[in-house]
Amino acid sequence: MKLFVSEGNPHCLKVLCALEVTGAQCDVQFVNHEERIVPFLNRPTLPALLLPSGLYLFSSNAICRYMFELNGQESSELCNQWLEWEATDLQPALLQALHMAVVQGKGSEVSKVLQGPLNVLDQSLSKGNTPYLTGEAVSVADIVLCTALYPVLSESSLALGEGRSVKAWFDRVAAMHSCQSAARKVLQGKGLQGMKSYMQRQPAPHSSQCRETQPCNSSPAECDEGERMVSEEEMEAAVQTWNKGLNPGPLAAGRKHPILPQDGKRNILLTSALPYVNNVPHLGNIIGCVLSADVFSRYGRLRGWNLLFVCGTDEYGTATENKAREEGLTPQQICDKYHAIHSSIYKWFQVDFDFFGRTTTEKQTEIAQDIFWRLHKNEFLVEDTVEQLRCEKCQRFLADRFVEGTCPHCSYPEARGDQCDKCGRLINAVELREPQCKVCRKTPVIRSSKHLFLDLPKLESQLEQWLEKSTSTGDWTANAKQITRSWLRDGLKPRCITRDLQWGTPVPHPDFKEKVFYVWFDAPIGYLSITANYTDKWEKWWKNPQQVELYNFMAKDNVPFHSVVFPCSLLGAQDNYTLVSHLVATEYLNYEDTKFSKSRGVGVFGDMAKDTGIPSDVWRFYLLYVRPEGQDSAFSWADMALKNNSELLNNLGNFINRAGMFVTKFFDGCVPVMELQQEDKKLLALVGWELQQYIQLMDKVKIRDALKHILNISRHGNQYIQVNEPWKKIKGDETERQRAGTVTGVSVNIACLLSVMLFPYMPTVSQTIRDQLNAPQSCVITMLQGTSGAFVSALKAGHRIGTVSPLFQKLEVDQIEALKKRFGGQQPEDEPPKEKTTAQRAASTQPAAVPAPAAAPVNGVDPEKAGQLTQAVAEQGEKVRALKAQKAEKAVITAEVAKLLDLKKQLALAEGKGTEPAPQKGKKK
Amino acid sequence: MALRELSSLEKYLGLKKPNKYSTQGDKKVPVLQSSNGPPLSGLVTIACHLVKEAKRPELLGESAESRAVVQQWLEYTVTKVNGSTREDAKAILKDLNLYLQDKVYLAGNQISLADILLYYQIHPLILDLSVQEKEQHVNVTRWFDHIQHYPSIQHHLPVIAVLRNRIYTSRHH
Repeated sequence: MKLFVSEGNPHCLKVLCALEVTGAQCDVQFVNHEERIVPFLNRPTLPALLLPSGLYLFSSNAICRYMFELNGQESSELCNQWLEWEATDLQPALLQALHMAVVQGKGSEVSKVLQGPLNVLDQSLSKGNTPYLTGEAVSVADIVLCTALYPVLSESSLALGEGRSVKAWFDRVAAMHSCQSAARKVLQGKGLQGMKSYMQRQPAPHSSQCRETQPCNSSPAECDEGERMVSEEEMEAAVQTWNKGLNPGPLAAGRKHPILPQDGKRNILLTSALPYVNNVPHLGNIIGCVLSADVFSRYGRLRGWNLLFVCGTDEYGTATENKAREEGLTPQQICDKYHAIHSSIYKWFQVDFDFFGRTTTEKQTEIAQDIFWRLHKNEFLVEDTVEQLRCEKCQRFLADRFVEGTCPHCSYPEARGDQCDKCGRLINAVELREPQCKVCRKTPVIRSSKHLFLDLPKLESQLEQWLEKSTSTGDWTANAKQITRSWLRDGLKPRCITRDLQWGTPVPHPDFKEKVFYVWFDAPIGYLSITANYTDKWEKWWKNPQQVELYNFMAKDNVPFHSVVFPCSLLGAQDNYTLVSHLVATEYLNYEDTKFSKSRGVGVFGDMAKDTGIPSDVWRFYLLYVRPEGQDSAFSWADMALKNNSELLNNLGNFINRAGMFVTKFFDGCVPVMELQQEDKKLLALVGWELQQYIQLMDKVKIRDALKHILNISRHGNQYIQVNEPWKKIKGDETERQRAGTVTGVSVNIACLLSVMLFPYMPTVSQTIRDQLNAPQSCVITMLQGTSGAFVSALKAGHRIGTVSPLFQKLEVDQIEALKKRFGGQQPEDEPPKEKTTAQRAASTQPAAVPAPAAAPVNGVDPEKAGQLTQAVAEQGEKVRALKAQKAEKAVITAEVAKLLDLKKQLALAEGKGTEPAPQKGKKK
Repeated sequence: MALRELSSLEKYLGLKKPNKYSTQGDKKVPVLQSSNGPPLSGLVTIACHLVKEAKRPELLGESAESRAVVQQWLEYTVTKVNGSTREDAKAILKDLNLYLQDKVYLAGNQISLADILLYYQIHPLILDLSVQEKEQHVNVTRWFDHIQHYPSIQHHLPVIAVLRNRIYTSRHH
């Protein structure tokens, strides 16, 4: 039997004492705190007892109990009760107390924390009136509790005020030799301080444990790790950089189109997954693709990279065909209509594409057919007959999305024809049990049809070779690598690239005349054709892997198509195509613990964001704050309000506004003279460090983490102002006024830096700050250069700033409540919130493999229609007002009023409300 | 919660007359009003008492070692699993998964009170897991499925479906 203990670890007191009291035969070994003795425990846990049978005990109470039992003393029920209380009630309080006393140095607050448990102990002892906890003799309960309390009760400086009975009992038990000797071995006579090294390694305790089922919304580096230590060299370096000031050179000329790769520069081609035209994008789609790509592209331009950012709507496919049929328009007309909607939504979100195109162009046909013929010539295509489900009633072959049935693997009754929502497996529609046509619910029949297949197995080794290189040298997100790996692990199969449809890129091969390319073959080629519509010299980007780095942004359900299928098409075409260097995939954004659902009216879609009155930059900020990197996250109205109020208003806005206001009020609108002292140099170094982290993170597309560093800087700034109190010092003597000046000057310079760092996230706010500070535009390019950026003093003494005003508005509780209700949908979501299924049901941005069925929305709730109706209501309302003002005929007015009321009713239905239309609450800008 | 667990436990143990319980404090610690003696408080304490009352001491372990192991996991259950956050859940599942790699039960070769109480308290964590996560923690899932189907264990908690298929079969596409 062997006991493992470590010095300074309070739990070891118990076991060493018990060992001596019971006289158990046992070896004792002192080890380091980090040693993982117990093989199955993640975190190093001590003390640990290795039992004769080879099992480990890692609970100190269980170890003590065991030793006592070996000694013939089994625990009574009263003992059990004390031991359970010790573990569930006393230990949490003790850990907190020790952490406070030893790590935080807040010894004076410890008594508050321990008061409760000590009272319980005192009451019980005084009532029981026995010398020991369970009677006349010492039991394991006494040993355990006494040694647990030893570190705090023997430290008189803590002044715990433990009751008389507790004190008497403690003194009695602690006086035992076994106790004293254990204390000596563990604490080495250093008292509380002897536990410092152990306590520092423990996680800071929660004061109360509550069950949280929220997905991770708080970010990693949320709180600063106390004060970072800065070295002298760091401070000197920071000052040197500061003194450099701005580059006097000519400003970079505005962007000149067409942007083409240049020698000597880092050439980056950036794509965001093409949103499917038919679906109004929701917040999850937006953060997953275009917004993330936008942030990175804005950042890249500031870094001086030669960057082209393209995207567009993916327009071919069944869903469009169906919608066209429904609305009585041609597919092209539908696409035109919706492309404009997409375009305007992204514009509102300030997504700065270099070009936003579409896939229904001649170039698409040209390039897709070219690739097709090359694949054919190089013998990477195979012909085969495929069984497809055809709905006789609807007279067409059913796209995967339009078949619903029972999953052959997990028996989920609502599996779709390409993927099961529940277990996530990819399936073929013909495999579904009890299939039904989603539109008319009839059972489809199986018909054969000749099709072409991309021979992925033949391309597999080439693909793997390229993947090996790309994933190891590029910045692929972990999930992208994982998903790709598992696709490969299961072995590639030939993939069908043709379909029996009309609306699509025609297959040029005479034997397949009536067919079009399957969306997943055709859509990624959209990246190329869109670029081709941007510039004739598109091949300089797309057939130039030596010079170009390709970034693909997408949500994770698109990964296999971008990492396996599309690269195989390009590799097989053998035309020196540029393949993806960095694949950036996000996880899912949930809406308030559930899923976005257009049909149920759940979640914020497209231009509804505009209607909330919350500015675009604030939306951007929050979405990026909760960007689902590494794991799913959730959009929450309450959280958005919280982040707006605490981070934007109270942190960022507050700092920048104060800095500017001081210059205006105290220094006549001119930046004062700055004489840097030690404290200022330290701040410059700290800020410089945060800037460096920001750059390193952003370079690796860690957008969410990088944002934290911006907020850290403004936090430092606020603290700096708080500590130095320039508003007071300005009224003091010469030295104090000088101090106030320096602090103010440094602060506005920090504000200037912040504006630059904010540019990728909140472009409007960023420019506003610079306008208010009248900052030279050159600061934008200077500060983010190099591997660690350069925090230079952009605003020198004497620089005149502009008019300062608040940057952000508070989001009030009732405003948020109203919004939450408005977008909450009518149906209660009965899916379990943590369902990790792939591909959101109703809305998807992805190239048409998974278009949303254009079926009638459930319950009449239709946010898109609601938008149209809102407009109609407004217009009709104007009309009525005008008529009334003109004192038109009563009958006419009545008729128009009736129309208005009807429209309002329709609107209420579309919004999922009762009969009252949603009140438009305070629109703040 | 604790009271329902105790009631289920009584049923499992075949105790004919259900006991009277109350709770104390804001943590709602269960208290057993005993007819012959002072009240007992604490979930584990009461549960052990019930086991003795039902004359099933083997449920607490047959040897000193296994008794210690049982107590250890009982303590683990009420301190770590009860009221755990999502972050904690990950660590718990990881540790348990390793531990259960070569074990059928938490202690020894037969079911014990430790298995029963852990099953009650870990149920919500398992409920929250996706299919993939259940497969990832294959040993915990196996143990859980075994216990939840153990004769007369099932009372107040719904059975959780545990798929036995591999996520990716050969018919992947």
